[in-house]
Amino acid sequence: MKKLITLCMIAAFAITAQAQDKGSVLIQNATVITVTNGDLEETDVLIRDGIIREIGKDLSAPRGVETVDATGKFVMPGIIDAHSHLNGVDINEARNPVTAEVTMEESVDPNEVGIYHALAGGATTIHLMHGSANVIGGQGETLKLRYGASQEGMKFEGAKRTIKFALGENPTRVHGQGNGVQPRTRMGVEQVVRGHFDEALDYKRKREAYLEAKAQYDRRGRGTPPVPVAENLRYEVLNDIIEGEIFVHCHSYRADEILMLMRVFNDYGIENYTFQHANEAFKVANELAKNGAMTSVFSDWWAYKFEVYYSTAYNASILNANGVVNSINSDNDQLLRTLNHEAAKVVRYGDTSVNDAIKMITLHPAIQLGIDDRVGSIEEGKHGDVVVWDGHPLSIYSKAEMTFVDGTKYFDLANDPDDMRIQINPGADFDDGSNFRKIVDNRDEDACIQDTFILLQNQAQTHVHN
Amino acid sequence: MKKLNIFAVIVALLFGLTATAEAQITDKPEFGKFAITGATIHTVTNGTIEGGIILIDGEDIAFVGQNVKITNEYTRIDATGKHVYPGFIDGWSGLGLVEVSAVAVTVDNAELGQFNPHMYAFTAFNPHSASVPVTRVSGVTTVLSHPSSGSISGKAAVMDLWGYSPDSMAVKKSGALVMNLPSSSGGGWWDDRSEEEIKKEYEKDLKEINDFLDKARFYDRMMKAYEADPSGKTKPDHDPRMEAMREVLSGEVPVVISVNDEKEILDALEWIKNHDEMRFIFEGVNEGWRVAEEIAEAGIPVLTTTLYTPSRDYDNYQRPYQNPGLMAEAGVKVAIVSDDTENSRNTPFEAGYAAAYGMDVEEALKAVTINPAEIFGVDDRLGSLEEGKQANLFISDGDPFEPMTKIEQVFIKGNKIPMDSRHIQLYQEFLDRDAVNVNK
Repeated sequence: MKKLITLCMIAAFAITAQAQDKGSVLIQNATVITVTNGDLEETDVLIRDGIIREIGKDLSAPRGVETVDATGKFVMPGIIDAHSHLNGVDINEARNPVTAEVTMEESVDPNEVGIYHALAGGATTIHLMHGSANVIGGQGETLKLRYGASQEGMKFEGAKRTIKFALGENPTRVHGQGNGVQPRTRMGVEQVVRGHFDEALDYKRKREAYLEAKAQYDRRGRGTPPVPVAENLRYEVLNDIIEGEIFVHCHSYRADEILMLMRVFNDYGIENYTFQHANEAFKVANELAKNGAMTSVFSDWWAYKFEVYYSTAYNASILNANGVVNSINSDNDQLLRTLNHEAAKVVRYGDTSVNDAIKMITLHPAIQLGIDDRVGSIEEGKHGDVVVWDGHPLSIYSKAEMTFVDGTKYFDLANDPDDMRIQINPGADFDDGSNFRKIVDNRDEDACIQDTFILLQNQAQTHVHN
Repeated sequence: MKKLNIFAVIVALLFGLTATAEAQITDKPEFGKFAITGATIHTVTNGTIEGGIILIDGEDIAFVGQNVKITNEYTRIDATGKHVYPGFIDGWSGLGLVEVSAVAVTVDNAELGQFNPHMYAFTAFNPHSASVPVTRVSGVTTVLSHPSSGSISGKAAVMDLWGYSPDSMAVKKSGALVMNLPSSSGGGWWDDRSEEEIKKEYEKDLKEINDFLDKARFYDRMMKAYEADPSGKTKPDHDPRMEAMREVLSGEVPVVISVNDEKEILDALEWIKNHDEMRFIFEGVNEGWRVAEEIAEAGIPVLTTTLYTPSRDYDNYQRPYQNPGLMAEAGVKVAIVSDDTENSRNTPFEAGYAAAYGMDVEEALKAVTINPAEIFGVDDRLGSLEEGKQANLFISDGDPFEPMTKIEQVFIKGNKIPMDSRHIQLYQEFLDRDAVNVNK
């Protein structure tokens, strides 16, 4: 009996493992939007074992490799969203202005059906981030949308470590206004960042001195043992930021606070960072370009709070024209499904070229997440994360027909059952979700802080009931 | 090399812009006689005219067709290769009432109290909201701006997006009464009420609304009796709330009810049966496709959107996009709206998604033009390109449902609108900030 169970377990494991295997496919005769090498007409793309092996005309399928006839269709790299909260379970540790030690790693819901909806919109990778309640919120997780995989199986192997910072109204409201602790102002935000970096550097000095002394003591085996300096994960992470091991993604809106953080980062020698939302980035495009700072913006969201009132839908175009590496993000589960059309608006507003607009949802977010050597364009040697569209992907009438991650088909319009949850998670509780929209549909606020608002709403309701 | 290219682009753009832009920033609209020639004219009600002519005379459209003599009084606008559409109508917006939604002092759409039929969105509509020019240069020329609190929120107004006062912008000051029926579906995961409590509260709230309406009916009867023959009768005390309900009870002004899930829709249809002297419109209607036949049978038009995630995890991802088309197919009159304020300009894309997912393109076009005009009773002036109608229209370089299409010129009430907004001004100022050698 025991053997049988073991056998079943092995079989089950084998099935799961197979489901995550790298796939192979030959996509034939498409217009291939390579992003880095122009649009190639009537071209084939061969993906083997998850990797793009060959791009060219009249390729033949190796034995056992499925072919897809994409005549008259478009193939584009999978869309990458540098700012998402799609399947985050808890996204705000809103009880301290700095919580660098927390991560999204254990806060990933791999069964969220929205992952499948995003695949249906041509997305293959998201950057799952903490919310914006804290000045330094916590570490993000870059995920491949392998719907049906485990938490571990969704991770984008080898992606750069990232962390979320937040400036302006959200942290000052949650901490200064809400809890009576600094920061209450943008002045305070700067000092919270500087203060913690300084403390982290002091910690590092002391900790290293202690470890050195301890090693010596251990070696000699005599004398007085040194007074321990306990390991502090928060400071360890802050040092990793200073040392460039972690890319910073900073929720920000106003031009002045963007300048402030660049000054701070220059002082500490921090180089790789992206301003998220950054509605006023266009005002300091020169400074951003000079510092090599990157931006990830909405195509047209504005005026939902005061710090985004002096915004423009031409933001992305201005940044692009000034040489800033910019991406278009969603920060919203619905926009994530239509990021191709959010990019199309960048062509409408500011005459950005179609290819540059496509870069903003493929190669540029890949650069910002440190995965551009693997995804973001269709090139030999890159991952087989590609989408087959039935028309030009920036047209509103176009639909994603097939979405591949690592060469494995995760979305197929021709085989698109209503309840996708059954496919991956049989026997799950049948949540009728009839009130779901009331919870998530809060377009007046950016999604970063939405669960904080739900929390406040909840508290308010409890008070009423009491 | 790359830098050079960018520089070249900037220089080219600047030359292109300054020529037209400087004049536009402080410019006023032009008003008079215009002849738009050579365009593909999408009349909505009378098909599409290739290489057509539209004559605008003052506020109105004087001619739509192919053959007409254009006298010298007309300023000619060559639109060869371009398209002309009636201005889009966003039938559910907070435009003018909400400037910055997170800043309470700029939010004027939610009065205190449960019953406020005598509150008028018209009164608080800010003609100088930064969102107004941003919206109209995108081809959305008219909105229904609505209040939204309590059981009866007040009256929504149909507003043109050009003017210096609400009076000069109002197409219909009293466009619709906004009503919120209670929901028997419960409030979500934080709602800790039992089924029984939910039901009890629902019935209590519904009774309050019914009582209010009964009171209004009684007031109306008394007033009618007095107005018919005042002799020997005491005039009933004036009650602004009750007075505001009279045009609603007569069916003159429709009532918009917000409903979304299947149960809410069915509850509302049931409730309406006992109030059939009034005219009703449904707003939201996310799950309208589930009960489209029932909505059609009741003859209730809908105001609906496409950009939301499916409300139930087990529903296909396409349902929100398909919903307007499925309702229209069942015979429901559908208006596609933004349900937004600052991004009311995205109304055409909402319709575009409906068209991409099964709704006939012409039907989707009606859903942002003639259908909302009919639903709010302003189709004698708006919603299509016809002689005698108000000149609300725009010229585009392509299909306006496409996000890449550019809207080139907008007319509202015959005014050739300066194609300018804060967004465009910021673009002009900051595209090459350091081209002007200050602020360095």
